[in-house]
Amino acid sequence: MTSTSPATSSLRTAGATATAPPTRHRRSLAQRRSSVLTLGMLALLIYFLLPLFWLFVASTKTTSDLFSSFGLWFAGDFSLLSNIHDTFTQNDGVFGRWMLNTVFYSVVSAGGAAFLAALGGYGFAKYRFLGNNVLFALVLGSIMVPTTALAIPTYLLFSEVGLVNTPWAIILPSLVSPFGLYLMRIYAQDAVPDSLIEAGRIDGAGEMRIFFALALRSLAPGIVTVLLFTLVATWNNYFLPLIMLNDPDLYPVTVGLASWAAQAVGGSGSNAELLALVVTGSMLSIVPLIAAFLLLQRYWQSGLSAGGVKG
Amino acid sequence: MSNTATAATAASASRKSRRTGPSHANSGYLFVLPFLLVFLAMLVLPLVYAAYLSLFREQLIGGTVFAGLENYTRALSDDRLIEGVLRVARFFLIQVPIMLLLSLAAALAIDSGLLRFAKTFRLGIFVPYAVPAVVATLMWGYLYGPDFGLFAQIADKLGLGAPQFLSEGHALASIANIVTWEFVGYNMIILYAALRAVPHDLYEAAAVDGAGAWRTAWSIKLPALRPALLLCLIFSVIGSFQLFSEPKLLQPLAPNVIDSSYTPNLYAYSLAFTGQEVNYAAAVSFLLGLVIVVASYTVLLVSNRRSRA
Repeated sequence: MTSTSPATSSLRTAGATATAPPTRHRRSLAQRRSSVLTLGMLALLIYFLLPLFWLFVASTKTTSDLFSSFGLWFAGDFSLLSNIHDTFTQNDGVFGRWMLNTVFYSVVSAGGAAFLAALGGYGFAKYRFLGNNVLFALVLGSIMVPTTALAIPTYLLFSEVGLVNTPWAIILPSLVSPFGLYLMRIYAQDAVPDSLIEAGRIDGAGEMRIFFALALRSLAPGIVTVLLFTLVATWNNYFLPLIMLNDPDLYPVTVGLASWAAQAVGGSGSNAELLALVVTGSMLSIVPLIAAFLLLQRYWQSGLSAGGVKG
Repeated sequence: MSNTATAATAASASRKSRRTGPSHANSGYLFVLPFLLVFLAMLVLPLVYAAYLSLFREQLIGGTVFAGLENYTRALSDDRLIEGVLRVARFFLIQVPIMLLLSLAAALAIDSGLLRFAKTFRLGIFVPYAVPAVVATLMWGYLYGPDFGLFAQIADKLGLGAPQFLSEGHALASIANIVTWEFVGYNMIILYAALRAVPHDLYEAAAVDGAGAWRTAWSIKLPALRPALLLCLIFSVIGSFQLFSEPKLLQPLAPNVIDSSYTPNLYAYSLAFTGQEVNYAAAVSFLLGLVIVVASYTVLLVSNRRSRA
């Protein structure tokens, strides 16, 4: 009951309500309160999940059913599979390309960003080199620099060197994560004991070898956290690919869906069918990230709580 | 691995290594260098370049000429820009408190132990964070819509007129709703993570003193959340002032209400890419960055002063 380690802390909430022998006389009070609170939270939960339910229901409908049937329930025809089929075959299967592009951009960006942040955060946390604090403060201050204010000059710089309209235009700017560095520095401070590093030195290992062979393992939860959050940032990015890319084959799914939605906005004539595909594509595009978060929740939650300690 | 073995060697060796410790300090550069190089190339350089560009002006005759601060004086008296900045400032002042209060309430409720199915709530509320702004905006745009939008359908069943979510008076609130929907979960998780890190003995001490759940939340949890709340607040300043995706994607649905200068970022975008006024766009971006830095520092200063008082 009194454990406070991050690994077991998630059990505490469940344990506290289920078995709370010392405060038995207050249990009835607590349970009454919890019902009110649970109802309030249920309202909040409905607000967050109902639009997604609507999206799922909508993705099972043809464009004409979208207009003629009630949004929160299924129409007579269950068209999900044919919608998915149409989404993936529209414009010679460009949607599949967009999804693969998104996966590629975000995995490479997030992997690179997390690696740079882990390396840098560890360096800032464990070595007292000259300028350590100044450099770190500089990076930390840059969190406030809006990424979108950088996008236009970055576009101009990239067009000078011919990087515009290439995957690099999306990946390179996404490799810098000042918040990731900040998180990794805090995380490395506690997760990698100095004694471990010293032990490595005694064994004659070089500094890099100590990092890769000893420290990296302890940094893993922090790295997963940074990985997931930069993954989401790149996956969800719209502004940067919007200005950097004009070849539809290079679009990530966000820009692609937005371009379909713009064509479908008239809702009439030949573009009418596109509406169902935008809806279905939207639904399909969020499945992988939600799955990743659910599968990896143990990691990112413990990584985040380390960041929260010193905030 | 052989954790106990390494720990033992470390203990026996700690005396010796204390002498050799400082000489390793410079190896730190090796670790931070890759990050700093990319940081320099992808953050500092564009920033400097934006500052440089903003000092020039493009002419039909004579090409690009040095213009000094002309772009800035123009920006400071540009009604479209000022209107946009005031609009996002209003957005910040109204949307952010609502969003953070919801996040705070959810985090405290989930951490309180008084909630059934706490884990389900935590994940369910967090899910929208994994939805890209593009998808969230398209989805809410359809929900708001007069044709097959959910609200219009419900209003129709009740015999009411279709609500005008994207009218002049309601568009900003409708955007605020989308942003709230997207980010309550994210902020909640940051706050919840900070709550998990509160030392457990503090709660035990409070319980010994007879403090109930509400009292504990007010006297122990809230003060402990200060740094995390501040972090959320700073991120919200940045997010609000660079609002782009949501208005940009709602634009086709309400072209008369959401114009090309609805937010400063949208304005900079249309200046650079449809107006070809790259130099002026750089000045606008740069000024927007400055506004964000000033707003963030104001938030920091105000909260620091309050914590000392």
